[in-house]
Amino acid sequence: MSQIEKERVWVSGTPKLWRYYALAARQCPGCHSPIVERIICEVIEEMGIEGNVIAVSGIGCSALANFLWDFDSLKVAHGRPVDAATGVKRALHGRPVVFTMQGDGDCIGIGGGALIAAASRAERITVIMANNSVYGQTAGQMAPTTLLGQVTTTTPLGRNPEQQGYPIHAAELVAQIKGTVYSARTAVNTPSNYQRTKKQLKIALQKQIDNLGFTFLEILEACPTLWRMTPVESLQFLENELMAEFPLGEFKNIDEI
Amino acid sequence: MGEKLLVEGNEAVGYGAIEAGCDCYFGYPITPQNEIIEWFSRELPKKGGVFVQAQSETGAINMVQGAAATGARVIITTSGPGWSLMQEGMSNIATAEVPCVVVVVQRGGPGTGGMRQVQMDYHTTVKCGGHGDYKNIVLAPASVQETYELVQLAFHLADKYRISVVVLSDALVGQMMESLELKKLTFEPLPPKDDWAVTGKSYHADGVKHMSLIVQGVPDSHYPTWLSFVKHLHDKFEEIEEKEARYEAIDVEDADLVIIAFGYMARISKGAIKTARAQGLKVGLIRPITLWPFPKEIINRVAKQGVDFLVVEDNIGQMIDDVRAALYGQCQGQIHLVSILDRASPMDGGLILPRRIVEECQRILAGGNE
Repeated sequence: MSQIEKERVWVSGTPKLWRYYALAARQCPGCHSPIVERIICEVIEEMGIEGNVIAVSGIGCSALANFLWDFDSLKVAHGRPVDAATGVKRALHGRPVVFTMQGDGDCIGIGGGALIAAASRAERITVIMANNSVYGQTAGQMAPTTLLGQVTTTTPLGRNPEQQGYPIHAAELVAQIKGTVYSARTAVNTPSNYQRTKKQLKIALQKQIDNLGFTFLEILEACPTLWRMTPVESLQFLENELMAEFPLGEFKNIDEI
Repeated sequence: MGEKLLVEGNEAVGYGAIEAGCDCYFGYPITPQNEIIEWFSRELPKKGGVFVQAQSETGAINMVQGAAATGARVIITTSGPGWSLMQEGMSNIATAEVPCVVVVVQRGGPGTGGMRQVQMDYHTTVKCGGHGDYKNIVLAPASVQETYELVQLAFHLADKYRISVVVLSDALVGQMMESLELKKLTFEPLPPKDDWAVTGKSYHADGVKHMSLIVQGVPDSHYPTWLSFVKHLHDKFEEIEEKEARYEAIDVEDADLVIIAFGYMARISKGAIKTARAQGLKVGLIRPITLWPFPKEIINRVAKQGVDFLVVEDNIGQMIDDVRAALYGQCQGQIHLVSILDRASPMDGGLILPRRIVEECQRILAGGNE
């Protein structure tokens, strides 16, 4: 057991699977990723599947939770969690509950082909995609989800559709694919959305456990640091701008393909 | 005597994998290895194994990484362009230290190149094509029987060292039919995988979570500092270099000239040696079976006899770099090369014929260097 492992603390009132340690705060103030990481812990705990769950994270701000989560996980290359998750699920003959935690660049940018292929194969995994409309870990470049007009470090004049095209709507896209049984977009900006996210994640994981098909959950997240906003401003941007482009809702919820 | 079959080298990969208890195959069609992916799609599910045809080689190698992280015995097969796509995955597999077997059935390059036999992927397998400091063990079969046996060895070495093992076949060995005698090879016992395999927390003896990571030297990773991980890899590679070099040596004791060749060029060279010996030329052969670790020791030992060397390889000269490196400061004689430019026919199905190798032996031994 490493020194840092000993220094882990379980904070009363938080999920037992969410082992926080003070030495290494991984995300910026106002970031929504830790909320999502916590929701995942709550859902796994409530479903009682922590002994049989395997998480696969990629590269990005949203993929830093391996060390916090007190269950098995893989960390793989940028854009590759869906493929690695396929390998894990297949090699263990469908036994574990397997989910990926990816950012928008990871999932629908560099990993877009893998996402579409896995959904088409009706791969029995759950993909969780955080959408904050920018690349976080590399400090604020344009993402596939960047809004028109949005200023990033690689769109200094704002995203111009003539040059950079349009934001991609992953939840709607995945819903179109035959192997998908569940696709939804949610957010964690309010208590009600927090509860909705929990509920939708449970539905997705349950459909995986019931061996129905591919399941997908897109979660809108605020990024105050790279949006160059205060946490309050970033919540307003998320509600007024991001949700206008990326409406919340269930785009597919079926029990039989 | 085991059961005897008449099969292609590509099919022998499948028989070897089944013999080794292979659990999973991931791949993507590409010539000249399509017989392998087709074989696995047909045969592996019958044994309760997993077969997935991925959307790309990039997808396939990452499926391999995921599957191997669970402790399964995993194989993937490809050829040149697909092998290029897999380099990212090979680098990550080296850091995650998950064991896997990759069969590269070489075809011509660069680019789409030709679909016939070459030995052009020596560098990309032996020197590694991905980013960072890592190594693949590389095994080079020269026959159908040896393909079958080296695939079994590959699974063993992969598990023993938690490393990627490449079986470097080619269009000639892969698509040639020969008799194959089925016999399961036995190896020393292997360390258990349950202290690292990612299978779900309640499936571990100690009940502690496992992580398979492509990043090290961060809090909670297996190696506390980045350099301690680099050192660990270095020590592992040193151990492999020390213990695992394999080769075949023929007629080197009294030789004046020793050919160094691998794969099918070693086989063609054997024919050349027979002819040369019949003409009274004292020619021997060293055939590296492991291209990494490269069998430096035997080459050095033979060099002390004062011989000249003739490297014969079906590319523009790749393995010759390792021969030169092995002999640096050790060799009094000359190092010559017969390369792809010495083929008898200019089309992609052409070969370096034994006759050309014999001519070169005659020229060297006549002292007619220039």
